Amino acid sequence: MSRIEVRLAALLHSYTRGARTVKASGATLGEVLDDLERRYPGIRFRLVDEQERLRRHVRFFVNGADTRSLATPLGAGDKVYIVGALSGG
Amino acid sequence: MPKTTTRATPAARSRLMLLVATRKGAFVIRGDAARQRFRIDGPHFLGHIIHHVVLDPRDKQTLLAAARTGHLGPTVFRSDDFGKTWAEAARPPQFAKAAEGVTPRAVDHVFWLTPGHVSEPGVWYAGTSPQGLFRSEDGGRTWHGVAGFNDHPMYGKWAGGEQDGTPDGPTTHSIRIDPRDARRMYLGLSGGGVFVSDDQGAAWRPMNRGSRADFFPDPYPDYGQDPHCLAVHPLRPDRLYQQNHCGIYRMDLPDETWVRIGDNMPRDVGDIGFPIVLHPRDPDTAWVFPMDGSDVWPRVSPGGKPAVYVTRDAGARWKRQDRGLPRAQAWFTVKRQAFCADGFDPLGLYFGTTAGALWASTDEGGHWNCIVPHLPEIYAVEAAVI
Repeated sequence: MSRIEVRLAALLHSYTRGARTVKASGATLGEVLDDLERRYPGIRFRLVDEQERLRRHVRFFVNGADTRSLATPLGAGDKVYIVGALSGG
Repeated sequence: MPKTTTRATPAARSRLMLLVATRKGAFVIRGDAARQRFRIDGPHFLGHIIHHVVLDPRDKQTLLAAARTGHLGPTVFRSDDFGKTWAEAARPPQFAKAAEGVTPRAVDHVFWLTPGHVSEPGVWYAGTSPQGLFRSEDGGRTWHGVAGFNDHPMYGKWAGGEQDGTPDGPTTHSIRIDPRDARRMYLGLSGGGVFVSDDQGAAWRPMNRGSRADFFPDPYPDYGQDPHCLAVHPLRPDRLYQQNHCGIYRMDLPDETWVRIGDNMPRDVGDIGFPIVLHPRDPDTAWVFPMDGSDVWPRVSPGGKPAVYVTRDAGARWKRQDRGLPRAQAWFTVKRQAFCADGFDPLGLYFGTTAGALWASTDEGGHWNCIVPHLPEIYAVEAAVI
């Protein structure tokens, strides 16, 4: 199982007890989010809805490239960045 | 903070907490025994959109808060220590995974929280947007859909589409339980109407006869109305009131017909508004907060002159109560969850405005004081006595 570096925007730091970057395991973006959920309960549902859709106002980048698919493949050394999209007021 | 001359007589050891949900977080406002001085505790969840904060009246300890942010999905937080610490629900309200060919539904936000019947400690209900009804049997830690409503064959017709919802989305609200019978439940859909169940949510039917829906070709459909707020009187549960998009109504069961008591409001004020509050000891007394529902629906105080209106004869007559409120150029309104009563004698009333001010009266609306002036836009105010 690949070890992935996940960088998290401030809106998720309450789940990671302040950690900005964490390591997670998984061969896809979905598996990495599953692993995050095991360690930080509740975090996944804030990012993915019950129909397995990434939430509209959260953006996911893999090695700098925007993705909207939980099936996005990941390998060792890949970097995931989860950030709040521009929204609200 | 203005002083009030009213003498209030809450029970000596009782303390008032006002649970204020706002667009930017939650606040707990603690009142002294005389309801003269208030202390602000918060913000909790600063930056979160908080739709409702409710204390369980059965244990007087469990607080639930319905939360989301502009980015993150919806959840429910729980506190056992009056907000010192919060824990997130292990399973927040969420629809079932959609089957092939079925339009998938996802909870956008939890809008409404209702503690269950007194005979069922730990049971809570939640109403969501889009419309959904959820039940927890463990004090809000895990939630499951009430299939009798969420999967009802008529759900699609009752709930309608996006065009039938509020600007913040279609909403399930006003989950009311008959104090005599845990199986008898009511809820309101905006839009959709008032619905009733006699078997704890297994089966539902519309209960809208007599209430108008001006926005349909047939203004008296079986369903599709827009009840803004529904209330059941605790001492006479066969008496229901609703502040509807199209007027103020009362129903006296077993006659399942809504009577438009708002026709007795002053014509220049009208009978449009969001909230309705009942006197817990007098089924004939109710308060509303009218707003401008003319023209393009400004949804602000008519003429910029905010006022509460009270009836003490079940809607036959209404009296304006505006002492202490701004006299002019005040363009706010009060949302459906943002007006409440505290249960003391004389009854205390509290409302929060879309402009972020929290107002109080300790003499049943006779005089009003602004007790907190500058909160974010207020979505809900609940009075809890501990």
